[in-house]
Amino acid sequence: MSVVRGYNFAYLDEQTKRMIRRGLLKAVAVPGYQVPFGSREMPLPYGWGTGGIQVTASVIGPDDVLKVIDQGADDTTNAVSIRRFFARVAGVATTERTTEATLIQTRHRIPETPLAEGQILVYQVPIPEPLRWVEPRETETRKMHALTEYGVMHVKLYEDITRHGRIATSFNYPVLVNGRYVMSPSPIPKFDNPKMHRMPALQLFGAGREKRLYAVPPHTRVESLDFEDHPFEVQTWDDVCALCGADDSYLDEVIVDDQGGRMFVCSDSDYCRQRRDAGHAGHGGPSDLETVERGTP
Amino acid sequence: MATMISDGFDDPVMQTQAVFRAVLDATARPGRPREVTGPAAPPEPMMPGTAAVLLALADLDTPLWLDRAMAGSGGVADYLAFQCGAPRTDDPRRAVFAAIADPLAMPPLDAFALGSDEAPETSTTLLIQVADLRDDGGWRLTGPGIESAHRLAVDGLPDDFVAWRTGGRHLFPRGTDVILIAGRRLAALPRTTRIEE
Repeated sequence: MSVVRGYNFAYLDEQTKRMIRRGLLKAVAVPGYQVPFGSREMPLPYGWGTGGIQVTASVIGPDDVLKVIDQGADDTTNAVSIRRFFARVAGVATTERTTEATLIQTRHRIPETPLAEGQILVYQVPIPEPLRWVEPRETETRKMHALTEYGVMHVKLYEDITRHGRIATSFNYPVLVNGRYVMSPSPIPKFDNPKMHRMPALQLFGAGREKRLYAVPPHTRVESLDFEDHPFEVQTWDDVCALCGADDSYLDEVIVDDQGGRMFVCSDSDYCRQRRDAGHAGHGGPSDLETVERGTP
Repeated sequence: MATMISDGFDDPVMQTQAVFRAVLDATARPGRPREVTGPAAPPEPMMPGTAAVLLALADLDTPLWLDRAMAGSGGVADYLAFQCGAPRTDDPRRAVFAAIADPLAMPPLDAFALGSDEAPETSTTLLIQVADLRDDGGWRLTGPGIESAHRLAVDGLPDDFVAWRTGGRHLFPRGTDVILIAGRRLAALPRTTRIEE
């Protein structure tokens, strides 16, 4: 793809990059803490990953290989347009293979293939403040983080249990980073939370509209909040991926006809392809299960 | 009298990106030394690694504190004023970056900005020039970014340095972040890293 002329490398101007880079370094130094930054207007609207894009633009170099996923898939609109954007403004190589990428920008999933030392995962974050739904005032949530005043988070989870008999939060499930900061993992399914724990890759988070950066360094403790008698659990499915037969990946429910027929397929399109290339196959058809727990990302 | 100011980066955009990635990687993996390529001949006594980090990250928004050795006859200050446009401050508590050429005479770490509990990112990042950095012995480092333990041997820091770090640990999330620099090599000690001698 030809590189567009007239823009700085990776679109942002150098002073903006320096400001974001300084913020990212402090974010890594205080894992899980949200660093405010001067988020810029980007050539796509808020809610389309402007925070992640600004982080990627500040980190990316000519030798990087970029992968972009949206809900696990490389071929969805958001992923395709962001990948094209960086191919055009930075001239970098892109890939759909998790193992080939040095930099992965993601919306709402962590790849199934375990990430390695040296890779960087950039999350697009809509609401960075995990306390926002229990305390709308920024001045208060800052104090709550400063004072480690997190009891109210457990009250919220407890209310789930009293109402539903279990913790019903299924995505954007709050985590405790390095035993200190409660952090939003972004709207990934809770299925992905355990992957954040002691991940060898560096995890960076960017929220464009809310103007916050945060980070989890490699090999850092990330624990999902829970109770001794209601331990954290991830989603499970009674069916397997219809295409590759995987029983260990996050499955999306796809409606396939007008009679309510449906099938379950891997949300991670690269993982599914890897398995099919390796000779695995699913049952191929619509699911015949009547009751299957819905994945609700 | 006209003085010559030596060159900055040859290719500012790309070199800045490479230096930042090295510093990001060093901060994410405390104690793992990284090499940076910066200006070939920055004014004495500034090391190429220090010049590279400041040219990459300092600008008009980042007050800079120089120790007496670094400030010297003014060559470093003129160079940084021209290449980065960063304002200088004499108050270490106002410094976003502090550059230290003579660590044995440096003020204790708590003389710099420590940030606040609500805004811990407003602390000083110290660039401390040391005689040597090796990862084959010396300190035992643990903390975020480190799988089990990293080793780092540093020559030329004050005897009290580890005590300053240990003594300030209870202040977390307040605290300074340190980048140690020897020539073109650098290693980071973010505030979360525990040092055992």
